[in-house]
Amino acid sequence: MNKTEHPGLYIHIPFCHSKCRYCDFYSVASSAAIPAWLHAVQTEVLLYKDKFQEFDSLYLGGGTPTILGERELAALIACLRKHFAFRPESEMTIEANPDDLSMDKLKAIGDLGINRVSLGVQSLDDRDLKYLGRRHGAEQALKAIEMIRSCGFAEVGVDLMYGLEGQRLPGWRRTIDQVLEFRPEHLSCYQLTIERGTPLGKMKQAGQVRPIGEKLETAFFVFTSRYLDKRGYRHYEISNFARSRETMCRHNRKYWSHVPYLGLGPSAHSFQAGSRWWNVRSTKKYCRLLAEGKAPVGACEVLSEEQLDLETLALGLRTSDGVDFHAAGGRLQSGNALEELQKSHLVRVSNGRVQPTRKGFLVADSLPLMFYA
Amino acid sequence: MTMQHIRNFSIIAHIDHGKSTLADRLIQYAGLVTERQFRDQILDNMDIERERGITIKSQTILLSYTSRAGEVFALNLIDTPGHVDFSYEVSRALASCEGVLLLVDASQGVQAQTIANLYAAMEHDLTIIPVINKIDLPSADIDGVKEQIDHDLGLESDHAILCSAKEGTGIEDVLEAIVKQVPAPSGNAEEPLAALIFDAHYDSFRGTIVSCRVFDGTVRAGDTIRLMSNGATHKVEEVGVFRFTRESQKELSAGSVGYVIAGIKTVADIRIGDTITLDTNPVSSSLPGFKEVKPVVFSSLYPISSDDYPSLVDALEKYKLNDAALVYQKDSSIALGQGFRCGFLGLLHLEIVQERLEREFDQSIIMTVPSVQYRFTLLDGTTVTVENPQYYPDPMLVKGSGEPFIGATIIIPERYMGVVMKLCLERRGVNPRITYPTPARVEIRFDMPLAEVVFDFYDRLKTVTQGYGSFDYELIEYRESDLVKLDILVNGEKVDALSLIVHRERARQWGIQVCDRLKEEIPRHNFKIAIQGAIGGKIISRSTISAFRKDVTAKCYGGDISRKRKLLEKQKKGKKRMKMVGSVMIPQSAFVSVLKTRDE
Repeated sequence: MNKTEHPGLYIHIPFCHSKCRYCDFYSVASSAAIPAWLHAVQTEVLLYKDKFQEFDSLYLGGGTPTILGERELAALIACLRKHFAFRPESEMTIEANPDDLSMDKLKAIGDLGINRVSLGVQSLDDRDLKYLGRRHGAEQALKAIEMIRSCGFAEVGVDLMYGLEGQRLPGWRRTIDQVLEFRPEHLSCYQLTIERGTPLGKMKQAGQVRPIGEKLETAFFVFTSRYLDKRGYRHYEISNFARSRETMCRHNRKYWSHVPYLGLGPSAHSFQAGSRWWNVRSTKKYCRLLAEGKAPVGACEVLSEEQLDLETLALGLRTSDGVDFHAAGGRLQSGNALEELQKSHLVRVSNGRVQPTRKGFLVADSLPLMFYA
Repeated sequence: MTMQHIRNFSIIAHIDHGKSTLADRLIQYAGLVTERQFRDQILDNMDIERERGITIKSQTILLSYTSRAGEVFALNLIDTPGHVDFSYEVSRALASCEGVLLLVDASQGVQAQTIANLYAAMEHDLTIIPVINKIDLPSADIDGVKEQIDHDLGLESDHAILCSAKEGTGIEDVLEAIVKQVPAPSGNAEEPLAALIFDAHYDSFRGTIVSCRVFDGTVRAGDTIRLMSNGATHKVEEVGVFRFTRESQKELSAGSVGYVIAGIKTVADIRIGDTITLDTNPVSSSLPGFKEVKPVVFSSLYPISSDDYPSLVDALEKYKLNDAALVYQKDSSIALGQGFRCGFLGLLHLEIVQERLEREFDQSIIMTVPSVQYRFTLLDGTTVTVENPQYYPDPMLVKGSGEPFIGATIIIPERYMGVVMKLCLERRGVNPRITYPTPARVEIRFDMPLAEVVFDFYDRLKTVTQGYGSFDYELIEYRESDLVKLDILVNGEKVDALSLIVHRERARQWGIQVCDRLKEEIPRHNFKIAIQGAIGGKIISRSTISAFRKDVTAKCYGGDISRKRKLLEKQKKGKKRMKMVGSVMIPQSAFVSVLKTRDE
């Protein structure tokens, strides 16, 4: 466990103008409860005051954080700054949607000290955007990137999705090319996962949409990895690419290395000292519990040594940095699994770390168990 | 209780004809248990028996019954297993009785096992009381069944008792018939002790609890008993009878059924079928009537993790206490390491042993492909028996080979004759004999190789006859047969534990089936897996499991981490039930399942 690194702070803003078809994060397609939610978050902050060291990352996620008005955002940040300490060089990210950005809003966001914008573009093909149930079109997305760039944020990240039904490699490449013209510091490229319970999931059950199949998924994954690599983006996690080591998402990396993090807001997850807990998945319940003076925690788990080791492997083997050869209770050294995996070019060992290859990334869900005979 | 007031009896029936329900009713009638304690099928007290609805271990229980004439009787009900695999256990129980209730389902009538059970009871010279059960069913045909009892069984249908165990009607008539028709045991309590061991249970506090029937003499706590087979002596700590629980008694004397606890800790000291006598005053000869256990299906048993071998040794020893029919000896395999070669009474018995070792003894085991016992005559004139394909003799040295044949008896409604004939012929059945015991019912008899029957024949028969087919068999003889060894290669590596001895004509078919089944059973790996069936060096069948290319999920943030870990933990558990063979993981279930044909 990493105790020397500073913890991260996450705020979940569970509101959207409309629900995208693929999304399984907790959010509601309404902004009516924003005032109550804001009040509740400000109360929740007090529960954790002095419980965490100085943060060096803040992540406003959702939902759609940019659905908040300038004043609501300002009140939120002011409250966080008042009760929590942040390192001066903190990475401060807001997730943004192309359809509710304006120059004024972006400037206001910048004035709050937010230095990183992660823009949900998903695709620059209108047909894909419609398939995903996004509200914006390609045109609007391009304009949004341009605006963010012109506002001088230190880091710009763009989220994209691939592996959509009907999407072809050339179209996917055009999306990447157009985005790369803005030289974003960071790219997240998610393979579409059709989750149960989402509108797409229901359509899949009804036979209206189909996953593209393992063969194409593989082709998309490998293409993306190689194409971006050639253009100077390091594939540092299954779905994440950065132009340099410095522009990897500091906050997200904490999730993958057992660095403590605090999540506020409905459904947000926290981790500290070997425990993980998560808030209730309902804004109403979240507000009520806080109003009653209770912690809005839905459940909690204390991880055993064995569970931590398994997570260390599972999370670490999803990153290009991999896992320290001696970590995870020596699991990597037991048996001949490592040798076998090296032979089949799924991992390599470099500087005392076991690191997945590109081929290894493809089967990262199976890699950890290969060390358990 | 004088011997005149003791009755020892058993219930025999075709499967599902309501034996356990009748037993429950008799127990309930005797007031042995209160309503609250009453669970269906009290005697079937193992989980597996309850789930499968069959009796595996015979149990015994003492009931008190006051007859209509006002006399008090002690009735020993000795329950018997109801599956063809367990005929040995049935024979042990029957040898301890003077009479049986032969139960026949009023709607299904006489079935193959009814007849087989009747013959077994007649062999032991028992009084047979026909009982027609399930008379409450709308489809009950009492007159038809009575006619079958007269004609097919040669019994007096006038004496048949009508009952519905489910409804609880006719129960007193059954009890009254037991008292009136079943003879009281004979024997002399003053003679030297002769008691037959028909069952044994292991109790972690008391050691071996021996169930026995006393034929002559008396045994008391403090006596020193001698086991006739090996001369071992033990001091008796306690004797008693089984009611709902064990009830200790001053003594067990001629005619009675009960238990003996004598500090017997070594499993090897007990032999089911052995005679107990007194060390100071022994009988001159052992009691007759018990058959030697002869396993017909063989399979090897290995711990999934070789570290667990000592614990498996221990578990098998303990298990064996309660299952006299299982035989085993040490075995080893290149693919699977140290293990045991075991002999079973049939495939059901094999599956039960596997399940019980896992559930009750917490073992993770692999069982290899089952085999029957083959005989090979070598060029030098010697004969070898082989029940493990690993020890298949060098084909260059073999002059002739033989396999065990059975006489199968199948009773079915006439309309299924076509499908059943086809099934039997597919399974190399020969010499069909067809009789019509009653109109609309056909009895088909075939000589069939045991190997074709043990694996899933009964399941298949039930499927093709929609449950109406009944089946029974007995071993008849070894017959000349053209046998070959089918090897299975996984990624070019021969997996000795998957080898099979098969008839040459059926080899290709088996080869294809095994490859197909393994393709279903073995999970995809990150490399391509070739599965091949080979005879000698010649490949006769092949299937391929394609490599998985990609399984990674895109997203892994706050909420995904615990979820992902839980999934991995589950998979990790599943992996414990897999065995690495070379670099391929083979699930434990694969070894046995390769022989089961699929339902089309």
